[in-house]
Amino acid sequence: MRAPMVAKTLYDKLWDAHLVTERDDGSALIYIDRQIIHEVTSPQAFEGLRLAGRTPWRVGANFATLDHNVPTTPFRSAADIEDETSRIQVQTLQDNTRAFGIREFGIGDVRQGIVHVMAPEQGAVLPGMTVVCGDSHTSTNGALGCLAHGIGTSEVEHVLATQCLVAKKMKNMQIRVEGELGPGVTAKDVVLHIIGVIGTAGGTGYAIEFAGSAIRSLSIEGRMTVCNMSIEAGARAGMVAVDEKTIDYCKGRPFAPTGAQWEAAVEYWRTLVSDDGAHFDAVVEIDAADIQPQVSWGTSPEMVLPVDATLPDPAREDDAVKRAGMERAYEYMGLTPGMKISDIKVDRVFIGSCTNSRIEDLRAAAEIARGKRKADSVKQVLVVPGSGLVKQQAEEEGLDKIFIEAGFEWREPGCSMCLAMNPDRLQPGEHCASTSNRNFEGRQGNGGRTHLVSPAMAAAAAVAGHFVDIRQL
Amino acid sequence: MEKFVTHTGLVAPLDRANVDTDQIIPKQFLKSIKRTGFGPNLFDEWRYLDEGQPGQDNSQRPLNTEFVLNQPRYEGASVLLTRRNFGCGSSREHAPWALQDYGFRTILAPSFADIFFNNCFKNGMLPIVLPEEEIETLFQQVEAQQGYQLTIDLNEQVVARPDGVKIPFEVDAFRKHCLLNGLDDIGLTLQDADAIRAYESKRQQSEPWVFVQ
Repeated sequence: MRAPMVAKTLYDKLWDAHLVTERDDGSALIYIDRQIIHEVTSPQAFEGLRLAGRTPWRVGANFATLDHNVPTTPFRSAADIEDETSRIQVQTLQDNTRAFGIREFGIGDVRQGIVHVMAPEQGAVLPGMTVVCGDSHTSTNGALGCLAHGIGTSEVEHVLATQCLVAKKMKNMQIRVEGELGPGVTAKDVVLHIIGVIGTAGGTGYAIEFAGSAIRSLSIEGRMTVCNMSIEAGARAGMVAVDEKTIDYCKGRPFAPTGAQWEAAVEYWRTLVSDDGAHFDAVVEIDAADIQPQVSWGTSPEMVLPVDATLPDPAREDDAVKRAGMERAYEYMGLTPGMKISDIKVDRVFIGSCTNSRIEDLRAAAEIARGKRKADSVKQVLVVPGSGLVKQQAEEEGLDKIFIEAGFEWREPGCSMCLAMNPDRLQPGEHCASTSNRNFEGRQGNGGRTHLVSPAMAAAAAVAGHFVDIRQL
Repeated sequence: MEKFVTHTGLVAPLDRANVDTDQIIPKQFLKSIKRTGFGPNLFDEWRYLDEGQPGQDNSQRPLNTEFVLNQPRYEGASVLLTRRNFGCGSSREHAPWALQDYGFRTILAPSFADIFFNNCFKNGMLPIVLPEEEIETLFQQVEAQQGYQLTIDLNEQVVARPDGVKIPFEVDAFRKHCLLNGLDDIGLTLQDADAIRAYESKRQQSEPWVFVQ
């Protein structure tokens, strides 16, 4: 008689499939299929490798590109980067990838782009893989049914040297969004709403599986937006089970298998779903009908509200620590309780980042911008595609022209104003409608005030000069 | 890696929740290709009144005298006491590097963000999770007593207060072992090189597409 099968979650399956060895103390060695590398969190890892006289365990597992520091105005080589420290970092990545024989999509390569846009686009990341990168938004890749999470630089070095990570299994959380999303409600609104519900530490210690009919209804790109912000809910990893959309997405990608290997891969990938009756340590149920277009008002992603809301009164918050955080946020943001979200004026708009810079995001923004002009009070609207290939696709569809005619700026791929490591940044006191993922103090420039929104909401704010409900356009 | 066995040091109270790694070390300093030298820019936007740039002479910059680390009574602090979800946000290891370079060896909070928590152990630093009530008591005691110090004994897993009370804490056995002995985990992992190779050859059979050149 066959032993009864234990029902497993998707995360359990991915973990078990990558377990190299377990130690007596409860820690484990987990095999890493892919490491994505960028210029900011890798130099010290390569230096460590060199100092110890080590070489990469499996060179082909690594994919490198430039994103955090690169200017979004055209440039031809590292030497053209004005900021000296940025230039050194870009050159250091080039030197390191050449020295160790690691594949790099560098300056001038159409595949160059934001790590989490480039990797799935290339098929470098596929279902069933373990994926790491020295970047907390690595969770984006979990949309393909893989285990993907951010690591620190010491771990980047560890993975380079051993192809493994020392890890402890996380707990399982399922966030189920059931029902149909209303008009104007996007993947970004879904994830912002989730963070508003569970808080920025709600997922700490968990791997989150996003499930339910509303998640299944999203495209793969939409699922990437949701998984991307798992870390803003405290979870290192977010994922969505494999379905036909996942398989269709992967088919024909440059690094995806072909022929008989493709058939074998698909057969395996179809098993990458949580079994019926699998145990989750926590389950959060959300009704899709409750989700409205979202706008963050404070300095933590959990400080988020529907666009038609008014700002909350800290005096009504019972938790003293939270109340203090809200009061500080009001001071920093220059806003007052009771104010309507739609009365917040916008100085700049940023459409881009690993959260929202894929082709569907640009299409959604262009749909709103078509035939309109940015408000005169808005100083700048940046549209930054996630990769050279996204840029190319958008130009083939004529989206660049729609943006330029609307007075928006059409830029080269990179992280840009999501974190302001390159010249794209806010001035102190400026309010920005941003499709990025963090509204921390100073994130988009010293003293800058970030409001997280979807691409369509950002474009609408650019046209109106303040936040508007896109359902009423 | 530097060992961590016991540590006694002055406590600095940072009374804020959700302190993110962008706050601990702002992005402009991440352009460094080194692991050291981040201390003068720890909490840069809170410590100084101007906007910091890499390579600046920080001693000439205007200080925010209200910020806790700029108060003379906390000069030389090596134990950071703070609130829930410390270290959230970006995975930058520059955050623990900056805290360590400044002189902190241990951080006490009701909770930490996962990646930051993990990064601390890779650098000989000990993040300690204590119940919210214990943290609250510590905040009150630090406030009340100038020169307030705590002793952390990793072997015994206790935080000893000056009034003699010992607060126990949990720590993962592997991380404790590495910290107590100052062990680099790459060397430890490579002791399992045969197991890694055996695993790889099995996966090469079942999922050859993973092994692109």
